[in-house]
Amino acid sequence: MKELFIEAINDNLDQVLAFVDEQLEENDCPMKVQMQIDLAVEEIFVNIANYAYDPETGPATVRVDVTPDGSVVTITFVDNGVPYDPLAKADPDITLSAEERQIGGLGIFLVKKNMDDVKYEYVNGSNILTLKKGLRGEKR
Amino acid sequence: MEFNVITSGNKMVIELEGRLDTTTAPRLDTYIRESLEGIDELCMDMEKLEYISSAGLRVLLAAQKIMDGQGRMVVTGCREEILEIFDITGFTDVLTIE
Repeated sequence: MKELFIEAINDNLDQVLAFVDEQLEENDCPMKVQMQIDLAVEEIFVNIANYAYDPETGPATVRVDVTPDGSVVTITFVDNGVPYDPLAKADPDITLSAEERQIGGLGIFLVKKNMDDVKYEYVNGSNILTLKKGLRGEKR
Repeated sequence: MEFNVITSGNKMVIELEGRLDTTTAPRLDTYIRESLEGIDELCMDMEKLEYISSAGLRVLLAAQKIMDGQGRMVVTGCREEILEIFDITGFTDVLTIE
């Protein structure tokens, strides 16, 4: 298990992705799966950076845990900002035309679609969001 | 991310390269909003684009909306991974993918 403690600001996104990708590459994660995971990590981290401590900024912890056989990764994000369950938001209507579409609302939807499991908890003043994904790219 | 722009008359091609994400999308967004006047055919060439997040999708949607009002936009050269993101989000129907 590896952990990164970092200020939750958009400028730190590249550092967070590099940290996660390093663990994925060590486990021979296929490029396609890595992209799906990057996508989810970006959405969650940016969400924390933009909303958790608004208008201030604050820290986040990113934990990456790969099963001993290298088949499943669990990525956990912890922040101490305002309680916020991003999963509670209704999914956007993806059948609308360009004209009718709102700009935004797709981030969390992409996370749900690309991960095998997404879980939110609020425990002892912390938002805890957990992503789980098989690294072999078979299971959806 | 880098992008190269080739304009000839009313036609513009934007070649995207690298990652279109939260960090890089605002630059493309600003460029598009400032530069599409008089353009009636916009081509987004994604042959060298490796990654797109929801921030990138937002820019594409904004560009599509502008072009719907003044002409046509096509997206070309997408990799399988990026096509899959378009598919999941319903962008396959919103964009003209060639």
